Amino acid sequence: MNVLRKKIYMLAGYNTISMGTGRNEFHPKKPRPGLEHYIQEAGQATLKMIGGAKNVDEGVIGNFMASRFNKQANLPAFLPMIDAELKYKPSVSVEGACASGGLALTTGMKSILAETADVVLALGFEVQNSMKAMYGADVLAGAGWQKTRKEGHAYFFPGVFSDRAGAYYEKFGREITRKAMAKWYCNAIENARLCKTAQEFHNTNKDLEGTANTPVNPRGFVDHLNVFDCSKVSDGASAIAIVSDEGLKKIGLNAKDAVEIVGFAHVAADITQKPEVMTSLTTMKVAVEKAMRMAGITVDQLGTVEVHDCFSIAGIMALEAIGLAEEGKGPEFVLAGHTSRCGKIPVNTTGGLIGWGHPTGATGVHQAVTIWEQLTGNAGEAQIEITKEKSYAMSVNMGGDDKSLVAVVYKRGE
Amino acid sequence: MDLIRKMENVSVLGAAGKMGSGILVLLSFEMAKLKIGKKEDKDFVLNAVDVSQSALNSLLGYVKSQLVKHAEKNIVELRTWYEDREDLIDNDEIISQFVYDVMEMIQTSTRIETAYGSQLIFEAIKEDKALKVKLFSQIKKNNPDAWFLTNTSSIPIGEIEKEAGLNGDIIGYHFYNPPVIQKLLEIIKTDHTNDDLAAFSVNLAKSMRKIVVQSRDVAGFIGNGHFMRDALYALNLAEELAKTEGWAKAFFLIDTISRDLLVRPMGIFQLLDYVGIDVTRFILESMQPSFPDEKLSHATLNQLFDNEVKGGQFADGSQKNGIFKYQKGRITEVYDLENAKYIPTENIEMDCAVLLGELPTLKIYWKSVVRDVKKADHLKKFFNELHQIDSVGANLAIAYGKNSKAIGQMLVDTKVAESKADVNTVLETGFFHAYGPINEYF
Repeated sequence: MNVLRKKIYMLAGYNTISMGTGRNEFHPKKPRPGLEHYIQEAGQATLKMIGGAKNVDEGVIGNFMASRFNKQANLPAFLPMIDAELKYKPSVSVEGACASGGLALTTGMKSILAETADVVLALGFEVQNSMKAMYGADVLAGAGWQKTRKEGHAYFFPGVFSDRAGAYYEKFGREITRKAMAKWYCNAIENARLCKTAQEFHNTNKDLEGTANTPVNPRGFVDHLNVFDCSKVSDGASAIAIVSDEGLKKIGLNAKDAVEIVGFAHVAADITQKPEVMTSLTTMKVAVEKAMRMAGITVDQLGTVEVHDCFSIAGIMALEAIGLAEEGKGPEFVLAGHTSRCGKIPVNTTGGLIGWGHPTGATGVHQAVTIWEQLTGNAGEAQIEITKEKSYAMSVNMGGDDKSLVAVVYKRGE
Repeated sequence: MDLIRKMENVSVLGAAGKMGSGILVLLSFEMAKLKIGKKEDKDFVLNAVDVSQSALNSLLGYVKSQLVKHAEKNIVELRTWYEDREDLIDNDEIISQFVYDVMEMIQTSTRIETAYGSQLIFEAIKEDKALKVKLFSQIKKNNPDAWFLTNTSSIPIGEIEKEAGLNGDIIGYHFYNPPVIQKLLEIIKTDHTNDDLAAFSVNLAKSMRKIVVQSRDVAGFIGNGHFMRDALYALNLAEELAKTEGWAKAFFLIDTISRDLLVRPMGIFQLLDYVGIDVTRFILESMQPSFPDEKLSHATLNQLFDNEVKGGQFADGSQKNGIFKYQKGRITEVYDLENAKYIPTENIEMDCAVLLGELPTLKIYWKSVVRDVKKADHLKKFFNELHQIDSVGANLAIAYGKNSKAIGQMLVDTKVAESKADVNTVLETGFFHAYGPINEYF
C-alpha cells in the first residue's frame, strides 16, 4: 500500500508517570502499583477526553513481557477493566518486544483502514520494576534470539549495543562519538525536566556532562557504555485514541485537536541473523523510507522526531537511519546542537527513552502521545515551536536489535 | 607455598557469631574463586564450627543471602566462570548454581574435632583467653601443620601463642563489624609469626579487597586501644556531670557532644550499646593485665551490667536496649542509672540544650561531610568556631577531641601503631570517623 485509502487521526493522548529510580516517589522496597493501575489510569484518561467508553469500537494493548515481569498473560481481557462499558468489545494484545507500543498503533490504524472500527483505544504498558535490573536483563533478553543468550552479556541488551558502540568507535572515532553520546544524555535530561511525567523530571544534577562522562566499567557492566548511556527501567502506560473521520464526528472533536497519520511502515527482520552492518540500523532505515514514501515528504519537512534511544548510541545511529545525518556523521550532527530543543530538528522533546523512560511495551504509544502534544500545542512546558515549513513529525519505535520496526509520520489535523 | 592446598580445608571457629559468620562468608567467596573461578579440581571444605546447632542452622540462611548479593554484584565475572555450562543460560540460573556450588563446600559442626582436618583455622569465638588456648592447643596436638588466624581484638596474640604452644603458627586477623562490608583488617604479628603465614595473611586480605593496617601485638591493638580509652574518658565525664545533673542528662549530653560536636557517626554511648556493655567490659578485662599501671574498668559499666543494661543486637541486627532505648534506630529514651529506669529523651532535651549553651552557628553533620571532597575545609571552619566559643558544650567537646588525639598519639609513641596515618586509617575505616584522631583541629 503506497497511499492511505482513508484518513486516520490520533488524539486524546495520555502518559502515566514513568516510574523508576529517577523519581522521588520511587522506593525499591515499598509496594508499588501493579499493571492494573497503569492500564486503568492511562485508559480512563483517554476515554475521558473522547466522551467515554461508549464511543470506543475496539481496543489494542501493546506489551512486551508481562508474562514474565508480572506473570500475567491474556492481556486483552484487561480492556474491560478500564471501563465497564468496554465489556464484550473486541480487544487484542500485540507483542514485538520494545516495538510492542508501535504495533499497538499500527494494529489500531489497520482497523480504521479496514473499516472494522471508527474509534480504537490503543494502549501500551510495561511494569518491570518487579525484579532487580540484573534479573530483568534476562527477561528483556527475550527481545533477542534466545539461542544467543548464553554467549551474550550478563546485561544482554546493553551488551548488544555496547558491541555496536565499539564497532562505531572503531569506524568513526571514539572521542567524537563518546562526546556526542554524552551530549545526547544531557539533551535527554534537560528535556525530561520539562515534562512532569518523565522519570528524570526530578533530576537536579548540576553536572550533567560530568555524569554523562562517567568512565565505563567493564568489570561491573559493559565495555563501551556507562549506565547513563542506557534508558532506565520504567513502569508506565500510555494511551491514545486512533479514529477515522466518522470517529471524530462520533466523539465530537475537531481534526485540529488531532494529528493526522500521513504515512506509516511496519517491518520485521530475521531475529536469528546477526546485524548486516554493526554501525547502522538497516531495518530502521527501510521502515523510515517506506513511511516517508507513503507520506510523500522529505526529512527537511520534519519539525520534530521521536527516536528509539534505548541507548545513546542507538539514538545517534537512528539519526543516520532516518537520513538526518550521513553514516558516521551522527555524532557531529548531535554535537552541532541540531537535535537539542532549539536546534534544527528537536529530537525526543520530553526526554526520549533515556530521559522520559522506557516502559518497554508503552514506548511506541508514548512517542505518538508526545508528537500529538507537540503538533497540537498540548506539550506544556516542553512545547517547541512547529513552523509551517517543517510541520511534519515522525516516531520510530524499535524492537530488539533492529528487528521489529514501526515508523509513523504525522501532521496536525486540518 | 601452595596457597591452594592451604585453602582446601578451612575451619571457622565461632562461625555462627556476628564476626564468625561474616568471616565464613568472606572465606566462601575466596574458596569459590579457586573452586569455580580457577576450576581447581579439589574437594574444598569450609567447616562452620560453633557450639550451637540452632545458631548454625540460621547461619546457613545468612550465608545464602550473602552469596546471592555477592553473585548479583559479580554477575559479569560469574558468567565467565560458568561459560562451559550450556544448561545455565539466564543470570538467575547462574546465580542459583553459584550459591549451590558454594553451599556444597560448607559443612556445619558442633565438634572441635572437625578442625583437625583443616590447614587453616579462623577463630572468632568470645574473648576468652583460656578457651582459645584450650581449643588451639587441642587442634595443634592433632594437626601440627595448622595455621591459626584469630579475630581476637584485645588479647595479646603472643600470649595465646605461647600458652597453646603454636610456635609462630598464629597471626592476629582482626576484622571489623560487619566483616563482609567493613574494609578494615588489622593484622597482628607476634614476635614469632612465621613469614609464610604473614605473607599468606596479607595476600588473602588483598584478595578480599581489605585495607590492611599492621598493629603491634599489644592488647587492644589500634582499634580497641583507642575506642576503649575513649569510652572510659566519656564515662568519667558522664560520672562528673551526673553529680549535678543526674545520670540521664549526663549520658545524653556526653553522647550528643561526642556525636554532634565531634562530628562522629554515632555518640560514644550509642556505640557502647552497639558493641554491647557486656562485650565492652569483657574487652577491658582482657586488656587490663597488659597495662598494670592503667585502670581499664569503670564502676559505671559494672553497675549498668549488674542492672541488666547490656545493649548488643538482636539476630536481625536491630539494637537491644542499653544506655538508650531505640525505635527504628533512633534514640527515644535514656537510662537513669540512679533510679534504674528509662526516661524519654524529649523530657530532658530542652534542659540539655540550655546546659550545652552556645554552639557553632555553622552546622555540619557527619552524614553530609563524610563523603564531601571539601571535608577538611568544612571541619576546619567548624572546629575553629568551636574553639572561639566559651560554653559548657564547646569546652567539653574541645577537651574530648584533645583526649582522643592524645590516645592516638600514645598508640604511636608506644609503637602499637607504626604511624599516625595507621591510627587515623583505623578510626576512619573501622569506626567510620570523618577524620582521624591525630589531627590539627584539636
